[in-house]
Amino acid sequence: MAAIYSLYIINKSGGLIFYKDYGSAGRMDTNDSLRVASLWHSMHAISQQLSPVAGCSGIELLEADTFDLHCFQSLTGTKFFVVCEPGAQQMEALLKVIYELYTDYVLKNPFYEIEMPIRCELFDFNLSQTVQKDCVALLGR
Amino acid sequence: MIGVGKIKQYSNVLDKPLSKGKQEVSLSAFAFLFSELVQYNQTQVDNIAELERRLEDAGYAVGARVLELLCHRDKGNRRETRLLGILSFVHSTVWKVLFGKVADSLEKGTEHEDEYMISEKELLVNRFISIPKDMGTFNCGAFVAGIVRGVLDSAGFPAVVTAHFVPMEGQQRPRTTILIKFAEEVLRREARLG
Repeated sequence: MAAIYSLYIINKSGGLIFYKDYGSAGRMDTNDSLRVASLWHSMHAISQQLSPVAGCSGIELLEADTFDLHCFQSLTGTKFFVVCEPGAQQMEALLKVIYELYTDYVLKNPFYEIEMPIRCELFDFNLSQTVQKDCVALLGR
Repeated sequence: MIGVGKIKQYSNVLDKPLSKGKQEVSLSAFAFLFSELVQYNQTQVDNIAELERRLEDAGYAVGARVLELLCHRDKGNRRETRLLGILSFVHSTVWKVLFGKVADSLEKGTEHEDEYMISEKELLVNRFISIPKDMGTFNCGAFVAGIVRGVLDSAGFPAVVTAHFVPMEGQQRPRTTILIKFAEEVLRREARLG
């Protein structure tokens, strides 16, 4: 039912700073999620080097049989990526919204230490609202 | 030249009316500045009460200046001398200039005669701030409490002002209440004035 399986935010050195699970499919324990995060960070960096296209910014979409992975990298090197149902739409827009929430509720929070795991109540709250709204919009179609 | 002569020339700079001031400031710019203020003060203290006090002191200076400016700009160099007058001045005029809206509510404390509360569902300074669990009841609204104390104190109404989170029924986010406890002398004077 839910289109999004999970959401990851990794800092510029590949450390997982935020992980959230949605829905029952593809649930992972903490170690696995950390592994996926650093694996993705490396793959993203390698793809940038290997790409035949000049000025490539790395993988944006990975399509597998059972899931799609959409990635968005901010100017500072923080990467946001969602694992979702194959063929799910408007994930780029969702990632942009999540980036916006990150800049608002994480970076403007004086108690957040940059590059460290995100523990901000307001971020969690607004994120779950956004994702919920997104699910409703997807169901409504 | 076109336009020359439209601006009235004042021989004395003091005769010139004060400008209305710029009404809008970027919220992001403010949020980052405030965040830095909190972070800087955090490095200077070793406990939360001290941090609260420093934020309040920073606000106090703002409050004293705001009172001066608003009395000059809006009230023709007069200030409120009565308790309810100054409270509604803070609740509406000051709030409007600082936050672009009047405060959500102004109430009298039920238990004590000398307590008043200004409540705000979502205080502007707290818009992007999540307090970590280990900081307990700390509220960055201490800065706003300091502003209120600055205004009241400079207007001749010494008071102790504190900011608190108050959980709301049916609301996920607590609101912030600025609790004002006036000094004894203020109430005695009020009683005398009748």
